[in-house]
Amino acid sequence: MEENLIKTCLHDRHVKAGALMSPFGGFDMPIQYKGITEEHNAVRHEVGVFDVSHMGEVRVKGPEAYKFVSHIFVNDVTGAPDGQIFYGMMCYENGTTVDDLLVYKVNDEEYFLVINAANIDKDVAWIKKNAEGFNVTVEDESPKYGEVALQGPKAEETLEKVLGIDGKDIPFYNFKTFPIDGEEVIVSRTGYTGEDGFEIYGSHDFIVKVWDKLMEAGVQPCGLGCRDTLRFEVGLPLYGHELSDEITPIEGSLSMFVKLDKPEFIGKEALAKQKAEGVKRRIVGIELEGNAIPRAGYPVLVNGEKVGEITTGYKSISTGKSVAMAMVDKPYDKLGTEIEVQIRKKTFPGKVVKKRFYDKNYKK
Amino acid sequence: MSKILEDLRYADSHEWVKLEGDIATVGITDYAQHALGSIVYVDMPEVGDEVTAGEEFGAVESVKAASDLISPISGEVVEINEALEDSPELVNEDAFENWIMKVKVSDPAEVDALLDAAAYAKICEE
Repeated sequence: MEENLIKTCLHDRHVKAGALMSPFGGFDMPIQYKGITEEHNAVRHEVGVFDVSHMGEVRVKGPEAYKFVSHIFVNDVTGAPDGQIFYGMMCYENGTTVDDLLVYKVNDEEYFLVINAANIDKDVAWIKKNAEGFNVTVEDESPKYGEVALQGPKAEETLEKVLGIDGKDIPFYNFKTFPIDGEEVIVSRTGYTGEDGFEIYGSHDFIVKVWDKLMEAGVQPCGLGCRDTLRFEVGLPLYGHELSDEITPIEGSLSMFVKLDKPEFIGKEALAKQKAEGVKRRIVGIELEGNAIPRAGYPVLVNGEKVGEITTGYKSISTGKSVAMAMVDKPYDKLGTEIEVQIRKKTFPGKVVKKRFYDKNYKK
Repeated sequence: MSKILEDLRYADSHEWVKLEGDIATVGITDYAQHALGSIVYVDMPEVGDEVTAGEEFGAVESVKAASDLISPISGEVVEINEALEDSPELVNEDAFENWIMKVKVSDPAEVDALLDAAAYAKICEE
């Protein structure tokens, strides 16, 4: 059945702790420990830790690293200080999305790319193919790294108290490397929850030690279940839902990360055209009246005609409202547009709203 | 271990049925509520709806996903448990106490064809 699933370095910790395990992106991952709601609330109000070792890491090095990263990445890393991180996408020539990723600038000749688990093979092949003709090396370091995400308002305090790592001076979307136990550990002020927090990358042995210390200190272990409810509430996209190889970042309502004033990057022409002409459809937020829950794939209707589809939906844990992100055709993307969502045999009224259902609490 | 009541009949899709006269009370089992986790919404049929054995009549939703409810019997819905509209979590608290619908059955023999407690317990062990 699922015998080919990859196990992270923390897999036996999850199983021993009785986590509910499920396949995700080719990995056997914990979906929940105590319950999605409890874990979600721990991250919103206290602190929680996620095993995100399934994420992929790619190192790009060489004299033309800056030029190459600029070529494959839609955001603009020009002039950034060492240690800064950028969120953005890699796109195909037609503008659809290869993946969304974080780019860590080590220096002008070295960048560290963090990519989605399900896309590791595809991304690495894409990056290597496009690196031809550039004076760079591309190394898939995914198997080498374990990663945990420590998230929540008490993340900074926990990082220092439990792990002895001082994260105070790491600004939002920046990272530092710390020499610990004879290795270079990467600590970044990033996450996927809308809360303050850190992501820690190190060897498998190191990450297991970090996990054990956090468990000993009573930090709530969190599964991918609440990782999804948390990212959803603050309007962050998930590849395969709000972005895909059929969805461009402009359609994903993520234009702010696409720097069309850059001299060149793969997909620029298509994306510039789409931006100039306007998209035919885009991702919006939807709020439903009542308690029915819109789920991915459910049709969005106007006057009984299908105008789109839900991409992610929940009864928001933080607000209690039934809300969703959806890909809808123009002009039904306008705020306040009255729509209906078909849920099984019935339709439920709602309206288009901003796709941020809960305010982020980043420490900037 | 999840609870299984002796005097009920069960469907392999984890609904239970209690037949009194020609009225069948239908709910989901303790095993099902446990597997679903926190229930945040129960999508119930309306009084007067016709339900058919083996077909969907609603859904139970946890945070993560919607699970179809499959009717174990055929007939007309005569009552729904309105308490679940505002408090779906009651199903988690006691899945046998907090039924979902009552149906006037068109063919009581359908109930006999359902699993007894022992046969259902076996399914839950698998």
